[in-house]
Amino acid sequence: MHSDHSANGKASVWLKIAAWSGLIFLHFPIAIIALYAFNTEESAFSFPPPGLTTKWFAVAFGRADVLESIGLSLQVACVATVLAMTLGTMASAALYRRNFFGKESITLMLILPIALPGIITGLALLTAFKALDIHPGITTIVIGHATFCVVIVYNNVVARFRRISASLIEASMDLGADGWQTFRYIVLPNLGTAMLAGGMLAFALSFDELIVTTFTAGHEKPLPIWLLNQLTRPRDVPVTNVVAMLVMLVTTIPVFLAYLLTKGGEDVAGSGK
Amino acid sequence: MTTVVEFSSVSRHYGEVKAVDQVSLKIAEGEFFSMLGPSGSGKTTSLRMIAGFEQPSEGYVIIHGHDATGLPPYKRDVNTVFQDYALFPHMNVLENIAYGLMVKGVAKKERLSRAQEALDMVALGEYGLRKPAQLSGGQRQRIALARALVNRPKVLLLDEPLGALDLKLREQMQSELKTLQRQLGITFIFVTHDQTEALSMSDRVAVFNKGRIEQMGSPRDLYNKPQTAFVAEFIGSANVIKQPLVDTLGLQSGKTFALRPEYIDLNAVSEAVSGELNAKGVIRDIQYQGANTRYQVMLDSGEALNVSCANSFSAGNEGSGDVLTDGAEVNLSWRADAMVELRDVELRGENVNVDNAGA
Repeated sequence: MHSDHSANGKASVWLKIAAWSGLIFLHFPIAIIALYAFNTEESAFSFPPPGLTTKWFAVAFGRADVLESIGLSLQVACVATVLAMTLGTMASAALYRRNFFGKESITLMLILPIALPGIITGLALLTAFKALDIHPGITTIVIGHATFCVVIVYNNVVARFRRISASLIEASMDLGADGWQTFRYIVLPNLGTAMLAGGMLAFALSFDELIVTTFTAGHEKPLPIWLLNQLTRPRDVPVTNVVAMLVMLVTTIPVFLAYLLTKGGEDVAGSGK
Repeated sequence: MTTVVEFSSVSRHYGEVKAVDQVSLKIAEGEFFSMLGPSGSGKTTSLRMIAGFEQPSEGYVIIHGHDATGLPPYKRDVNTVFQDYALFPHMNVLENIAYGLMVKGVAKKERLSRAQEALDMVALGEYGLRKPAQLSGGQRQRIALARALVNRPKVLLLDEPLGALDLKLREQMQSELKTLQRQLGITFIFVTHDQTEALSMSDRVAVFNKGRIEQMGSPRDLYNKPQTAFVAEFIGSANVIKQPLVDTLGLQSGKTFALRPEYIDLNAVSEAVSGELNAKGVIRDIQYQGANTRYQVMLDSGEALNVSCANSFSAGNEGSGDVLTDGAEVNLSWRADAMVELRDVELRGENVNVDNAGA
């Protein structure tokens, strides 16, 4: 029978080659960026690089426009994350168990921003801000990012809600806890890691989001927009690479932590008390 | 005796479905009361209305003489042991047990010592610092019991608490629960679909069927004086004798009777017949069940009767039970007073029924 391959649990050589090729294809450009961040040449790209240096890091962190962009992006990501964690958790608490008229539509509308192309979200937001006479700035960027960050938190938290057995909440009430005590002592500790994981993913998404940002940033220059502008300045390439590496680190670390927080199967991790 | 829980014409509807339909009952203080029935019979919904997880659509639930209809669970002096135990996964065993005391504002020192006391009571004294995930099913069950009892409720509700345990452990827990209930003098209201469990533990049993109580009484009454065919067949097993067999046997026409399989004597045709009522037939099926052997006998008139014989240990029959073989002609005989007359079963419109929504 031709189930032999899967039966002994080993992938065929061809499958391994295909998998590794795929991974290399995905990650090679990232490796190149990292490598050229240490390049001694300023604007030429000979391969292999003639020498390696760390001087571009000093240059990058000495530049006011770089620092300002990083600061702005961190600020936006933090505010958007806090907003998303609050709204996302509240939305999932409202939607996960109760059935009411229009529930499906509300769920769809909540999830839609992540499925919509960023260009549509951005354009819609821009039009809305204009109509409401809100001037583009940090507030509009935060609102723009919150549209999709809320979904991320919502999805994480609602999945955890579904895993918390309904009888836990009943048991708490049965033992004399009112609604608030049940939320505080039973629901929240069990949601904690899911909220945190959702928040970290939201932070990572916000930090490097370009399209919606472009429409909502006005004159502000968060990191992704600063990077985009750099493409027109070939002499700055090593500095750009340094910043790009930083963006990668800032976004991958929370994603990795979020993965660690949510992978632990059935026994729900939570604060000890 | 004081009544601790009373249902006054309580109904619970889910749309068109009547999960509980006009149920009235009174449960006395210190009683071990079981609600027995198949799934979807309304027993769990009734229990949940006592706990406060469900509210009646009609009627009143009275606890300790006060109308509890509409009260949330945390304002009722009853505690529940859940079918899935519902232990809080992020707390250790002691914190789980002390939870009820904590939310009521009992000081930390007192609540921990009372929790430890409750833990000792269920013989798991050393397990206080473990997480529920590190315990076996039987241990979780005891923790759930301790967590409910530490609050010293007047009524303990148990929702099929032994369902997930294997047979040996279940039997052990049955006798432990019974002993505990006697010691503490608390009213236990026990929901189960296992008739053996209900019979062996309870002072009184309510048999639920299609949202109603079909019969309520002591285990002996239910077994020996079933009033309906449903009760007769659900508790133990029974031959329901109706037309035309009633006529064949020369009984009062139009009536229905229940006859327990073990009350019928089975003899080879050659032997003398002793009972007041007799019938002839052929063995169609033999099931050896260890202590008993169950025969299905096809009567000459065309109906089948089940007969159960204890496997005695005697010469020529060293515990094998199989004296008679499949296809053998036999005489059945039984005493007339072994038969219980059943009341007419009213046919109800709805057949669809759901058990509780939460399980």
